[in-house]
Amino acid sequence: MLRMTAGVYTQMVSHCYDDLPNEACGLLAGDPDVGKATMWYRAANVADSARLYTIDPLDHLRADRDAESRGLSILGVYHSHTHTPAYPSPTDVAQAPDPDWHYAIVSLAEEAPVVRSYRIVDGNISEEPVVLDTR
Amino acid sequence: MSVEVRLPTILRAHAGGSATVQADGETLGQVFDDLVARFPGLAGQLVTDEGSLHKFVNVYVNDDDVRYLDKLETKIGPGDSITILPAVAGG
Repeated sequence: MLRMTAGVYTQMVSHCYDDLPNEACGLLAGDPDVGKATMWYRAANVADSARLYTIDPLDHLRADRDAESRGLSILGVYHSHTHTPAYPSPTDVAQAPDPDWHYAIVSLAEEAPVVRSYRIVDGNISEEPVVLDTR
Repeated sequence: MSVEVRLPTILRAHAGGSATVQADGETLGQVFDDLVARFPGLAGQLVTDEGSLHKFVNVYVNDDDVRYLDKLETKIGPGDSITILPAVAGG
């Protein structure tokens, strides 16, 4: 499962709306022994697209260093689907960089946002629950 | 000259689980050659068969993305640190 604080969840979804009409993207971080996202890092989508995203490499570097300085690790990535359901696209699967990561997708295709999370291992997609903690 | 190389989690299994390793070289390409000599499991993970930087990784010397420097020919000096992160993209 992907556990995250309610604050991270709220800010992640808010960021996805902020970046419309383009896809938004960012990184989730937390204590790897706990496996809960307690930090989020907004990243620029250098693909500058409503259909694709590429996390700005320097934003990734800054996030990785900040997380490390806090004793945290990058646990996964989130991005928005502006016109399609919250399910990994073939591009998401082909480019999933780390089988240990969580892949959260925020769909803005409907009136209300839909957040789902997946594991992607060797091209196989498995959905996992998204669980919110208040702190 | 030995420099510190920080590895992403996905590659640490090829380096005995270490987050950071030491490697020698005057250029990034030489450092990577030394890394692969020490940790053969990294072969093909950093540099393509054609000898260019793999598109699935981003590499930084200190705070600079080497794609905007001299890529594998980027000079490595005393005290430099190298960070490798996965390129993160999708659709």
